[in-house]
Amino acid sequence: MLDKFIDFWSSLRLTVVCLVLGLALVFAGTIAQVDLGLYRAQNEFFRSLFVYWSPQGSGLKIPVFPGGYLVGGVLLINLVSAHIKRFGVKRDKAGIWLVHFGLILLLIGQLATDVLSKESAMQLFEGETKNYSEDFRGNELVIIDQSNPDYDQVYAVPEHTLERKRELTDSRLPFTLKVKKRWANASLVQPGTKAPEQAVHSTATAGLLKDVLVLPTPSVTDMDQRNTPTAVIELSKEGKSVGSFLVSSYTTTDQPFTVDGKQYNIAMRFTRHYYPFSLTLLKATHEKYKGTEIPKNFASRVKVKNTERNEERETVIYMNNPLRYAGSTFYQYQMSAGEMAANANAAASSTFQVVRNPGWLTPYLSTVIISVGLILQFALHLFGFLKRRSV
Amino acid sequence: MKLIYKVIPWFFLALFGIEILVVFTPKKDGVLHTREFGRLPVLMNGRIQPMDSVGRNTLLQIRSTGDVPLEMVPSWKFWHHPKKLRSSEWLLEVFFKPELADTRPIFLIHHPDLLEELNLADKGVERSGLRYYTFAQLEPHIGEIQKQGGKARALDDKQRTALDKQVIKLHNAIFVYQMMKAAARPPSWFDFEKDLATFEKGMPAGMEAMRARDAGKSFDQAVMKQFWEPVTEFFQLAKDPNAGQMYPLVIPPFRADQKHEDWTSLGQALIDSIRDEQIGQPIKYLATMASAYAQDRPTEFNNAVASYREWLDQKGFAAQIKKGNEEFFYNDTKSFLHAIIIYIAGFVLAGAGLLTMSAAPALSESLRRSSFWLLILGGAVHTFGLIFRMYLESRPPVTNLYSSAVFIGWGAMVLGIFLERIYKLGIGSLMGSLVGFITLFIAHNLALGGDTMEMMRAVLDTNFWLATHVVTITLGYSATFAAGFLALVYIFLGLFTPLLGKLPVTKTGGTARPQLEVGKSLAKMVYAIVCFATLFSFIGTVLGGIWADQSWGRFWGWDPKENGALLIVLWNAVLLHARWGGLVRDRGLMTLAVFGNVITAFSWFGVNMLGIGLHSYGFMDAAFRWLVLFIGTQLIVIALGMLPLKFWRSFQTSAKGSGTTGPASGKTATSPAGA
Repeated sequence: MLDKFIDFWSSLRLTVVCLVLGLALVFAGTIAQVDLGLYRAQNEFFRSLFVYWSPQGSGLKIPVFPGGYLVGGVLLINLVSAHIKRFGVKRDKAGIWLVHFGLILLLIGQLATDVLSKESAMQLFEGETKNYSEDFRGNELVIIDQSNPDYDQVYAVPEHTLERKRELTDSRLPFTLKVKKRWANASLVQPGTKAPEQAVHSTATAGLLKDVLVLPTPSVTDMDQRNTPTAVIELSKEGKSVGSFLVSSYTTTDQPFTVDGKQYNIAMRFTRHYYPFSLTLLKATHEKYKGTEIPKNFASRVKVKNTERNEERETVIYMNNPLRYAGSTFYQYQMSAGEMAANANAAASSTFQVVRNPGWLTPYLSTVIISVGLILQFALHLFGFLKRRSV
Repeated sequence: MKLIYKVIPWFFLALFGIEILVVFTPKKDGVLHTREFGRLPVLMNGRIQPMDSVGRNTLLQIRSTGDVPLEMVPSWKFWHHPKKLRSSEWLLEVFFKPELADTRPIFLIHHPDLLEELNLADKGVERSGLRYYTFAQLEPHIGEIQKQGGKARALDDKQRTALDKQVIKLHNAIFVYQMMKAAARPPSWFDFEKDLATFEKGMPAGMEAMRARDAGKSFDQAVMKQFWEPVTEFFQLAKDPNAGQMYPLVIPPFRADQKHEDWTSLGQALIDSIRDEQIGQPIKYLATMASAYAQDRPTEFNNAVASYREWLDQKGFAAQIKKGNEEFFYNDTKSFLHAIIIYIAGFVLAGAGLLTMSAAPALSESLRRSSFWLLILGGAVHTFGLIFRMYLESRPPVTNLYSSAVFIGWGAMVLGIFLERIYKLGIGSLMGSLVGFITLFIAHNLALGGDTMEMMRAVLDTNFWLATHVVTITLGYSATFAAGFLALVYIFLGLFTPLLGKLPVTKTGGTARPQLEVGKSLAKMVYAIVCFATLFSFIGTVLGGIWADQSWGRFWGWDPKENGALLIVLWNAVLLHARWGGLVRDRGLMTLAVFGNVITAFSWFGVNMLGIGLHSYGFMDAAFRWLVLFIGTQLIVIALGMLPLKFWRSFQTSAKGSGTTGPASGKTATSPAGA
């Protein structure tokens, strides 16, 4: 019984089945991107145990195909057990060992990346300095206490928790927050402008956005688009309402209010990731090939300042040449400079994609290991073959 | 008898070798030095290129051919070379004799509804079933074409019908054509040289009047009007954003404050000349060329071209002249076209050699040798084109879809030569020449999109990654196709001939060494190539991930092109593991390898077409239909490959041949890892 069990897990048959399933999964996941967009297809097909099918009109989720995590996981077990069971430590198996060890490292590294890596963006105008980047998808509700001249005290709640938690308190804050209304995605319309029919009044009673209309829009799943969640938050102290504020990631407006003589700001904004250092954009350059619109290069000259380490230096970030600093990597992502910025009548700006990925080295390592293994393995074949032929 | 078999390979080699020698011998210009003109450097698409390339790429976009045939020759009169306008000659006409260019049938329209709508059904010239129209014929309908083109353009790509796409293409072609007419001569100056001279003479007075007006003094209205009228046209030309993209920047920097790479359009150069109050020298050369050509004064035209080249050389444009000459030579030799011809011949000979293997061993060996030599000759021509391209671009071999096609064929050719050297069955030559021919043919069609040596966008502008990731992954494609096509050969030979079970016969009539049946040899070839394919596609895919990590901060993003590459790796891994596990034997391996063709075709082309429906039009759409057709045929072959053994002629037990030994699928499973 146990033998059979081990045989099953270590069999080449299982390997082939997993590989074929993986193949079908990758194919389906690629085709599905046409309709679902990259982000959703990725989550449903690859970052999942099962691919579900929901018949139209029903809330059912029927698992119809193993997902990426399941196929990858089984393959991993298969690989490890096959090695334990079948391949002894022999010289002619060295290639196979290396290939499979590298593969295991690659798979685990990718899993770690999936779980641990964080991607965000930092947009800087020329001359601007920032010590934070903004999340691509996440949003947060923040209360900012600016009473200390040296720093701002920020109280932040992830936006998605507002769905469950309707009431929020913090012992350091003298008031409570209540979610009165929430839209997963909405845009704002200035009062007085010709508003579309669907625009509604927010019911806010205070703040700079009091009279602004809310235009609810369907949630987006596309990689390049993001939702701008919007909510009406009522602040109250000891049961008495201080005011209801309309907050939205659609605008960058912070709205001031006063409680007990102390001034605060309230805002809904893209989730910020703070760093112990700051980046200043000194110059953004966008070059094109002569007489064409084909971009030749995007380059940003930046100053990195780290007060903790008492460090200050300048560097250039350009295509295929990111800045790696203190565990984060800054990639040239978007740019509006030169003619483009001049046409839009805006200052030159540059956006970096910021990635924190503790496992970024694993693919490099595993590639080397697997390549050596494959070359060793096939070279053994080739030499054996040529030797046999020449006999 | 023996002698003739020895002579046959030499005969074929000499036949095609002489053709290649003729192609590569430098040709002389006629009375009019149009070739010299075709070599002149200009700047377009962000790169220096000869006039010839400009004409060629424009014609390819408009007419889908690089030349304009001038007469019809029945195809059986193959010795009669039809008269044609070479791309440089056509461009000269468009530039300087537009009224003549307007009468050349270059606009291809084949949608019957469009022809009816424009009332053109009975006009135009028909060639090989396609109808071509002249600009003069289309001119009365331009308003209508523009209107319809605008409407079609406003639609979303998926909503466009075949008619819409045809209208867009025609609209585009007419637009490019009209732009090109104004690229090297101001449209209202019919005698460029004379009009320019008049303008130059009137310039001091004109500028005087201008200054007087600006200072608020009285000035001569008539002088002002006469001088400034053409200038308005120059300003329009100078402001055109299409300059350098739709048509070339023909004037090299001639002023002291211009940088070396600051080529300008004719309009801009004229404006600059007015500012300097002196006509730039290159404009004068161009004007002389224009008028001399238009008035059929060849000597003056030739002199103007020669003096202009001399001027360029003296002003430090020697490198640009060299680039023009070299790319002209590259265009002129059409090496890939000649490689295609040789590959076809090689394929036919290899096939004939295989089929006569048991009936006429000596003839078969002679044909096999011929095909092998032709594969090497074709491969050499192919390699020449590939390396010359790399040199012209200063890039690794693969930079875009076009060059990937060229390189896939090249890789398969090299593998074919290796296999043929080892196995001497004609099968390596058969596969190498077939894949070489098909991929070069695909490349030829891809070139219809325009310039194939375009500049690389910022993220791709890295020779390091192009040389490592792109080259390895493309070699992976090559190898997977090579294995797949060998498998096709296996299935066809197995089903329809008794060859697979035979031992190959040598020239002398004895059996070859080592004692291995044809089928077994094929299986070994496929297995070896799959190993090779696994190695390259895996390393290539991972290198791609590392590049992505370097430029976007993520190793893997499940993007369609990445997934395509991963599919190939997975499939090759399936093949190897299935074989090692004894799940498949020779025949199974072959059907799996054929499916490798499907996967590779999908990730090479299919991922670029995601979201394109079956019922559409245009190049990528046409390619989509071919892709579907290709995949369909491969699936049929796979079905054939799974037919029971009794349908396989090679394995039928009532064998007549000497070497038939029952199923080549073998009774022993290959041990894991092939050890």
